[in-house]
Amino acid sequence: MQKHNTPMLDELENGPWPSFISGFKRLRDQHPEQRINEVSNDLLGQLEHSYETRKGYWKGGTVSVYGYGGGIIPRFSEVGKAFPKSKEFHTLRVQPPAGNYYTSDILRQMADSWEKYGSGLVTFHGQTGNIMFIGANTENTQHFFDEINDYGFDLGGAGPCVRTAMSCVGAARCEQSCTNEHKIQRLLVNNFTDDVHRPALPYKFKFKVSGCPNDCMNAIERADFAVIGTWRDDMKVNQDEVKAFVSAKGRQYVVDNVITRCPTNALSLNDDDTLNVDNRNCVRCMHCLNVMTKALSPGDDKGISILIGGKRTLKIGDLMGTVVIPFMKLETEEDDDKLVELAEEVIDFFAENALEHERTGEMIERIGLVNFLEGIGVDVDPNMVGSPRQCSYVRMDGFEDAAKEWFDNQAEKAAG
Amino acid sequence: MAKDMREPIETGCPDGFQYMHPTMRKNFGLWDYHEHPRPGVLVHVAKNGDKVWTVKAGTQRILDVFTLRLLCDIADQYADGYVRFTIRSNIEYMITDEAKVQPLIDALEKAGFIVGGTANSVSMISHTQGWLHCDIPGTDASGVVKAMMDELIEEFKNCNMPNRVHITTSCCQINCGGQGDIAINVQHTKPPKIKHDLVANVCERPSVVARCPVAAIRPAMVNGKPSLEVDEKKCICCGACYPPCPPMQINDPEHTKLAIWVGGNHSNARSKPSFQKLVAAGIPNNPPRWPEATAIVKKILAVYKEDARDWERINDWIERIGWPRFFELTELPFTKYHIDNWTGSRKSLNASTYIRF
Ligand code: SF4
Ligand code: SF4
Repeated sequence: MQKHNTPMLDELENGPWPSFISGFKRLRDQHPEQRINEVSNDLLGQLEHSYETRKGYWKGGTVSVYGYGGGIIPRFSEVGKAFPKSKEFHTLRVQPPAGNYYTSDILRQMADSWEKYGSGLVTFHGQTGNIMFIGANTENTQHFFDEINDYGFDLGGAGPCVRTAMSCVGAARCEQSCTNEHKIQRLLVNNFTDDVHRPALPYKFKFKVSGCPNDCMNAIERADFAVIGTWRDDMKVNQDEVKAFVSAKGRQYVVDNVITRCPTNALSLNDDDTLNVDNRNCVRCMHCLNVMTKALSPGDDKGISILIGGKRTLKIGDLMGTVVIPFMKLETEEDDDKLVELAEEVIDFFAENALEHERTGEMIERIGLVNFLEGIGVDVDPNMVGSPRQCSYVRMDGFEDAAKEWFDNQAEKAAG
Repeated sequence: MAKDMREPIETGCPDGFQYMHPTMRKNFGLWDYHEHPRPGVLVHVAKNGDKVWTVKAGTQRILDVFTLRLLCDIADQYADGYVRFTIRSNIEYMITDEAKVQPLIDALEKAGFIVGGTANSVSMISHTQGWLHCDIPGTDASGVVKAMMDELIEEFKNCNMPNRVHITTSCCQINCGGQGDIAINVQHTKPPKIKHDLVANVCERPSVVARCPVAAIRPAMVNGKPSLEVDEKKCICCGACYPPCPPMQINDPEHTKLAIWVGGNHSNARSKPSFQKLVAAGIPNNPPRWPEATAIVKKILAVYKEDARDWERINDWIERIGWPRFFELTELPFTKYHIDNWTGSRKSLNASTYIRF
């Protein structure tokens, strides 16, 4: 094997942060399998070529495993003549266990399978949340999938389909968690396995679940369907811990860092160093709970909010998800069914109404939130807006009927 | 032959409980509070008094199987054999015996991993695939991040920032790296150069036309062959036409540059989630170590660290001090390109007499 010179990549072996280039070289120089040595060598060669010319040299194509239409990111080299051993270098997107937990045993088992068939390079995890097994040729893609599928792992989404979902560590290790994040993740994404594996939607559709409004999964910014844990009764205040916090940090610290940082002025510090919370005006932003984690915690009446339509730049610019379900309980099996039914409604509506390559957020931007709500059968709610309409140029001849509907709905809710 | 092929078992997302540390399983939903005894270590306390120490470490993210096995060996020898990965690809070890914390840290550091990334540190930069594996990248991703983390390592290992800092990179203008307190993203500066000979064979022309955000593309005959034409005055050089039609060559060794954006914040804490805003552009895409981009990131971080109050994320801080002061303190030029003209941009103008001197 003639080793490629990689003077530019070699510079990425300097410095204290762990170097991925050193890892590639270990595979090239130390791995017992010649196939892996050669693949790594040519991969290094092609990457060096990219560094020299400041251009990428992979193109897509179609590769999938038997029975599926997606889940593989096909990569064929445009400079495969010069770097033949890595000329087919596909990534398998594999769905991680909800919450991204692993035992060392299962990781080793994956490593064993992967070095049989792939390049030996893997990332936990890609931006969508998949385990990325980077670098297998077309034939081995199938063999590797067959092997890991036998011990419980399945491909994620790629292309216009329901994508792999994500949930935060949540109830497993976080005191702010207001829901069972991993259960919701699996409930939702595993209801749509067909839509994950056989891309047939207008464009991608992502579920993300965060256990509280800190939204560690970036769900509002990035997911078509963001589920965020929250509560609607009073937050819990342990006044002894509040006093302990004040005496440890000082009154001024508490005023400057807790009281005055509340976005709705819902907090005040009493003269006896206890805390007063205006719970009706608390918007559950989480700031005070983050600062005083021992003293403050979410209430008991927990549930979720759902925001729809978050996405990144392509094509009309970044969009945040916006509130579609201000609050719902998630305690009984019927509640779970309601959540899944809502997701089905949203995806059905999206499949039928979005233009090709349009995300849910763009579709809603084009047709208006009201049309979307009517399409999925959800009533309007003032929690869905930052403010009501500002411009009078709108036809309102149905207003009286709409007002009546509002009062009827209110009465129905009050009656339970 | 199809009949010899193995049918997939469509299990979807696996249950995480089978791989979860038993103390986390036992206390699922029953956590009381957490503390942060030192950078890189969290201790979570359950309502029944059970404790779990989490030790977090940064890695090279693209792991070779040797490194993966090394991480597993450390899990077996110094932790309880359980790990998880964070959204920013840091590895976390969970243990229930405080006495094991220091030996675990020592083992990770001895093996070259970097313990840190908790609370008000600069966490691992989340990144995309870049030249290593993407089909449309304007730059590399792992290389930019490695070069930058070499320089930011002290900020990862310590918790000296006013609040946490999430940095992201994206190697095209779809920006799949996501929102960040600081984002380093590709910015193309010239319209695509079209390889007219190839268009007819590889592109579905109507879908390419439809993909352009500003309707700058139209079908045309070039040299007697069906191809596409770009109105270069209209073109915003976004590269959206490139993925569906690789002959629309948007990447250019010189004109593909980097831009830096700040103030993206996913959290609802203190203020509603926010998108990042442009602060610097025209930065050379300069492998292998991208020093110009790193210098600007370091400058922004230094000013933020100095000027922001406790708990202010970068967006909170700028909201308080205002954009004029931000540009003054960071010594970055404010240009006509910073003034938005995209749909809805009027909302970003200053419709008040709130002026800072
Ligand atoms: S959670 Fe946020 S909104 Fe609610 S009281 Fe605390 S700081 Fe205020
Ligand atoms: S680069 Fe963007 S604006 Fe220019 S033609 Fe292509 S899609 Fe249109």
